[in-house]
Amino acid sequence: MVISTKTKNDFLSSKTFKQITIEKKHEHTTLKATELSIGYKTKKKEILIADKIDFSLKKGEITSIVGINGIGKSTLLRTLAYVQPKLQGEILLNEKEIENYTSLALASQISVVLTETVASKNLTVLELIALARQPYTNWIGTLTTTDKNKIAEAIAMVQLETLQHKKCYELSDGQLQKVMIARALAQDTAVILLDEPTSHLDMYHKAVILKLLKNIANKTKKTVLFTTHEIEVAIQICDKMLVLGKNQFSFGTPEELITSKCFEKLFPKDTITFDASSASFKIK
Amino acid sequence: MPNSKTYRTPFLLLLLLLVVCFGINISLGSVSIPLEETFNSIFGRTVQKESWDYIIWNYRIPKAFTAILVGSGLSLSGLLMQTLFRNPLAGPFVLGISSGASLGAAILIMGSSLFAGIFGFNYIGDIALILASSIGSFLVLLSVVSVASKVKDTMTLLIIGLMFGSITAAIVSVLSYFSDAEKLQQYTYWTFGSIGNLSWSQLSLLFGIILIGITLSILCMKSLNALLLGENYARSLGVNIRKNRFIIIIATGLLAGGITAFAGPIVFIGLAVPHLTRQIFDTTNHKILVPAVLIYGAIIILLCDTIAQIPGNAHVIPINAITSILGAPVVIWLLVRKRKMIF
Repeated sequence: MVISTKTKNDFLSSKTFKQITIEKKHEHTTLKATELSIGYKTKKKEILIADKIDFSLKKGEITSIVGINGIGKSTLLRTLAYVQPKLQGEILLNEKEIENYTSLALASQISVVLTETVASKNLTVLELIALARQPYTNWIGTLTTTDKNKIAEAIAMVQLETLQHKKCYELSDGQLQKVMIARALAQDTAVILLDEPTSHLDMYHKAVILKLLKNIANKTKKTVLFTTHEIEVAIQICDKMLVLGKNQFSFGTPEELITSKCFEKLFPKDTITFDASSASFKIK
Repeated sequence: MPNSKTYRTPFLLLLLLLVVCFGINISLGSVSIPLEETFNSIFGRTVQKESWDYIIWNYRIPKAFTAILVGSGLSLSGLLMQTLFRNPLAGPFVLGISSGASLGAAILIMGSSLFAGIFGFNYIGDIALILASSIGSFLVLLSVVSVASKVKDTMTLLIIGLMFGSITAAIVSVLSYFSDAEKLQQYTYWTFGSIGNLSWSQLSLLFGIILIGITLSILCMKSLNALLLGENYARSLGVNIRKNRFIIIIATGLLAGGITAFAGPIVFIGLAVPHLTRQIFDTTNHKILVPAVLIYGAIIILLCDTIAQIPGNAHVIPINAITSILGAPVVIWLLVRKRKMIF
């Protein structure tokens, strides 16, 4: 965490005073959840997964959702993306309730990277990323110069220049994940939601993807929110973390969460303990 | 899509091939007419025998146009279904359209012996057959659409379509069991498919139906491209899945249903042509694929029909047999060579 604070300070100090004031003025909450209850609704009953969650995400921040399997990380992410309806509470996107957005307006505000793979692996990298511009293109999907620039920017940011004409079936898992992130970037939204972007990647590619996400959040001033099982890495890289536990949750900076001993409660103590000094988990 | 090829050369070559195939198709047939006389007839010059002129204008040209409409329409509906269901094995008939048409035709042909005493008719005209099969496919399509608005998952729809197919097939076999040999034969002939029986007025009606189908498909092209990412991603791009699914189903219903009503259940084309097209046009973009399958489908069925004629012979092989016997090995060969069947 020390490292990440330092890089953040470096980043800020590199800017002129004027730029900082402008940024301060614009630094506002993009996504805010109040007393949010999530779960599944069927005709007969409601299955509550998590209850009364509060958090707010700011522009340029990277936040992770952690917790054990089945606690509702993906459900929360899907609810925020408005893929499934919330049970109760309020989700505000740029100070407007998420339900009040049209699907097209929402598509220009929230982009997603899901755990499912794309349906057609016959798409080239460039074609796939170009599809992200659909909320902005005309009825037949013609790309304007702005669209092409946004696509090129996204490709440059994720460094996919050499891969752009390859087909998706030719890519490795790590490369494909980068492509999906570039697609979300090209969609040019205020918020990017990612569901387990680092699952089934090796340690190196995990680091690459997470560094990339941090970079995106800091440089493009987007709000990045992702679920992960890599708690130790998330502690090092995230500005904020949302820890989901049984009937409780904690939200704050990683330091705050370590101090308040949140991670100790995450797993049953007889198997795994959390060592606050090294910010890592130990198997008993 | 950026920098993607416009495929101008393959399109021009395909169009040229289409014109050539059209020419070959009308210059060959059971009555041999010299090539020169065929062209004379097409361009309105005097022809040696009046009967040749009659054959060309009232039989061969309508048949060639029917072939083009049938091939294009079935191929397009196959492409729509493959993208909607994200399944390379989907074809125009996965929604039970052909089984609905078969049921309509079966009830008319084989059931007529039961009703003959009541209505006092025994001969079944083409018009009655067209009506019966359209009503059949329309009813099945209507049930599928009404179910489609209730189910969230498109894959469920695929299975529901298959189930409708099973039900209608069962009813048809019950009808076949109780009907006499003559009626059974008439029904079997209908299932062979035929593109040679359309008059100019029927042809223009079919053209109108196909045109609406194509227009609807063009309106969906953007959403079809988004669907290549999967439904959840498409939704995140602001695509209204339900609305587009509905339009795609209606388009397929018009294309496949209309064709089946006029020409019988023609197999294979709808499934295979999109795959054959993807071998030439290495793209997933529907802006390229839609016009490409339209042309390619027309070429394939014109060729199949030319062979089915057996030039200079009075016999005509059922078009369904030709499309499968010739087409299936070609698809197998292409896929084995390319080692992939992706969409």
